[in-house]
Amino acid sequence: MDGVRVQTEPFDAATEVAALCAGNPRIGAVVTFLGLMRDLNDGAAVASMTLEHYPGMTEKALAAIVAEARARWALDGVRVVHRVGTLRPEEPIVLVAVASRHRGEAFRACEFVIDWLKTRAPFWKKETTAAGERWVAHRAADAEAEARWDDPSRS
Amino acid sequence: MIRLRYFASLRERLGVDEEALALPPGVADVAAVRALLCRRGGAWAEALAESQPVLCAVNQGMARPGDAVADGDEVAFFPPVTGG
Repeated sequence: MDGVRVQTEPFDAATEVAALCAGNPRIGAVVTFLGLMRDLNDGAAVASMTLEHYPGMTEKALAAIVAEARARWALDGVRVVHRVGTLRPEEPIVLVAVASRHRGEAFRACEFVIDWLKTRAPFWKKETTAAGERWVAHRAADAEAEARWDDPSRS
Repeated sequence: MIRLRYFASLRERLGVDEEALALPPGVADVAAVRALLCRRGGAWAEALAESQPVLCAVNQGMARPGDAVADGDEVAFFPPVTGG
C-alpha cells in the first residue's frame, strides 16, 4: 500500500516493507533506499543534525513524487518515510521502498524517488559540529541526479 | 492579504517565520513579492537579492518567478532543499 509519512520517531525498515507488500501476492520485487546520518560532512565531524521541513507542503511534495513514479513505471506500491527533528550519526533519515512485479521497475523507480525528493521536497538539514551549527549546502550533484530523469531514454 | 512564510537559513537571516502582508496594487506575481520584500533593505535586501538561490512556493506548491500571487495565498520563501 502506498504511503508517505514525516515523523520525528525512528522507523523500522522491515516493518515498512512488510506493510508495503501485505495482501499483494503479485509483488515479486522490493527495492529499498535507506538514508543514514553520517558523522562526517564537508571535512568536519558532525555530532548531530536537525531536520526542518514545511508541514503541509512536504506531504504534498512527497505524494506528487510518488504519483510521478507510478505514472512512469508499473508499480505495486511506493512508501516514503522521512524523519525530522534531531538525529544522531548512524540513525536512519529516510526510507524509500518500491514494490513491483519484476525488479527493473522497482530499481529505477526507487532511485527516481530519492533523486526527486532531494531537490523537490522541502526539508533542510542543519548540522552541529565542534565549530557550531551550520546549514547543509545544496549539492550540485543532486540537481544533476534529478536532471537525468528528464531524459526519456532513462524511463 | 497574503500569508508569508520563511524557512531554514532564510528564516534565521530575516528573524521572522511568518507574517501577513497586504498586496499593494500591481504586485501580482512571485517576482514582484520578492522585489517588494527586498525594498525593505538590510537583511531583506541581502537575503532575497536576485543573486541569492531562493526558492518559492505558492499554496504549498513549488512556484516560478512569473507565477501569480493573489489575496488569500500562502507564499513561502526558502533556500534550496537538502533532505534525503
